[in-house]
Amino acid sequence: MTTSLELMPKAGIRYWPGRLIRGVGRFLKLMSRNKTGFVGFLIFIGFVLLTTVGTWFVPPATSADISAIYAPPSWKHPLGTDSQGKDIFAQIVHGGRDILQMALLTGIISTFIGVALGSLSALIGGGFDAFLTMLADIWLTIPRFPLLAVLATLVKLDNMLFLALLLSVLSWAGLYRSIRAQVFSIKERDYIEAATALDLGMWHIIFSEVLPNMLSYIAISFTFGMTSAIYAQVGLVFLGLVPLTRNWGVMINLAWTQGAIFFKDSVYFIMAPVMAIALFQLSIVWMSRSLEEIFNPRLRTG
Amino acid sequence: MNSTTINPRGTSPKMPLRRWIKRITSNYVVRMMARAIFTVWFVTSLIFFLVRLMPSNPIEVYINELIVQYSLTYAEARDQAASLFAIDLDAPLWKQYTDYMVQLAHGNLGNSLRSPGTSVWQIIVAFLPWTLFSVGLGLIISFVLGVFIGMLLAYKRQALWEPAVSGTASMLSSIPNYLIGIVLVVYLGVQWKLVPIHKMRGSHSPGMQPAFTWAFIMDIFFHAALPILTYVLSTIGSWILSMKSSTIGTLGEDYVTVARARGLSEGRITTAYVGRNAMLPLITQLLISIGFVVGGSILIENIFVYQGIGYRLLSALSTRDYPLMQGIFLIITISVVVSNLVADFIYGWFDPRVRIAGGER
Repeated sequence: MTTSLELMPKAGIRYWPGRLIRGVGRFLKLMSRNKTGFVGFLIFIGFVLLTTVGTWFVPPATSADISAIYAPPSWKHPLGTDSQGKDIFAQIVHGGRDILQMALLTGIISTFIGVALGSLSALIGGGFDAFLTMLADIWLTIPRFPLLAVLATLVKLDNMLFLALLLSVLSWAGLYRSIRAQVFSIKERDYIEAATALDLGMWHIIFSEVLPNMLSYIAISFTFGMTSAIYAQVGLVFLGLVPLTRNWGVMINLAWTQGAIFFKDSVYFIMAPVMAIALFQLSIVWMSRSLEEIFNPRLRTG
Repeated sequence: MNSTTINPRGTSPKMPLRRWIKRITSNYVVRMMARAIFTVWFVTSLIFFLVRLMPSNPIEVYINELIVQYSLTYAEARDQAASLFAIDLDAPLWKQYTDYMVQLAHGNLGNSLRSPGTSVWQIIVAFLPWTLFSVGLGLIISFVLGVFIGMLLAYKRQALWEPAVSGTASMLSSIPNYLIGIVLVVYLGVQWKLVPIHKMRGSHSPGMQPAFTWAFIMDIFFHAALPILTYVLSTIGSWILSMKSSTIGTLGEDYVTVARARGLSEGRITTAYVGRNAMLPLITQLLISIGFVVGGSILIENIFVYQGIGYRLLSALSTRDYPLMQGIFLIITISVVVSNLVADFIYGWFDPRVRIAGGER
């Protein structure tokens, strides 16, 4: 134990690529324990690569081609073309970044709000806790999506950071509840009592004592924040309430309004973004199972 | 006997009063009702101030619109706007707020901007029943089916088809409901032409008079079929999965073992012991999902052009009909709050612990 501690700094500086690779390897090994979770993780990584690295290789579909309207899939157009003869695959590649960034951002912000309020509420207790709990109970009954739709007509929601912040604020209550319940159960354990007795301070207790013990809950709430952000954002875009540059939601909106309800040929135009969003959502949900197992070793089997 | 009723004035009249207050405030029903009313008030105020404090104040927008469209003077346009919004624009904000609240308490939601002469209330009465009907029926079907399938899966965990059903359930539960609706339209209606999608639009066929006849009831179900199917498909997955895990947990409980040992029939154990207890956590989920599904109706109803409250809300939003928008949002909130209240009472009925220890929790 002591020798490894002494060796660590040196080895860490000299062989950091090796350690990084080993770390990634261990992470992948843990991820692959749950097959569904690993498949989800691979699809998720695939989407991230497609929408970042993919954009360097696939040129954006800017030029309309009247001779190839609603062309079926071919080598030139892997997913066919849309109502203007533009390549659908290129639109999928270029239209995902928006949604991915939004989802990650909302996941991070909403998890932070949920964790901060939930742990503060459970640790402080008393009137503060009672007030927040009551507010959360009320907040949960507010129909969130209609409220967003109403807000979209009052404020321009074209700023991604603002939209992410708004989505996080609107969805704080659910996360807050589960985190608070979790902290309440952790609070009673001996090591927290020891830290309180040593007067280590509220933030130290939250971030170094409580948080590491509920990482699985945080991972789950993070993925939940991501999926609900995608639901809300794509929904708003589909209804035409949020002006955003070409993304999967806008593609669905266009395909829907330009004839998916009338023309048989437009099936690739509408189904490509629908499948992309559905698959991306699925990959996040599946991935969360592996994450849950990594952070909660008791769930690991075999 | 008489001496106990005629007490000297002093401490005793206070005691029963305080006890009465305590009994009222700790009463489960009263607490739930108070919270429901508070929620409605909170949401109403939130929307009121949001609409008025936003940088693009809709009343000012409407006044400008009137000036441009009908070349009115500012004062005329302002008067007209004030009468339509049913508020006194010269009054300070708090006065406007109390006026609005008093009007609301009298059931007056104001008039629609875009269809003059029609009150918001009339529009809501015409559109809300369709949403309640389709969402309610969809949720009930999906809950009953989901609970049944979930229990079946828990009992037949070894069966070969179990992973396939569980996998489908987890897939359905993670795909957004509007995508399911779109897929239904694209495949059932356009690609395979299994259903006449254009005839199914609307909440009932044009010219059909609401009456308690077989033809009308069939017509309603014909038009609501696809929205209901979407609600069922998008919610059933989570019912199946929760019921399965909940049932597996319950099967290991001591009272189930005791019931078996007592020689009770398997049917009675399944329904009265396992089923009833395993369903408890699902009822809490049901009440949260009511809000979510009613909120999601704005998307589903626009996909199927089903004339419910969600459909009307979007058209109010896109034409900037603020009084109507405010009213519909309030009604959606009230219906969510009321259904939560009902679900809370049902929960109290299922789980007597909640009723008795209500004040202590």
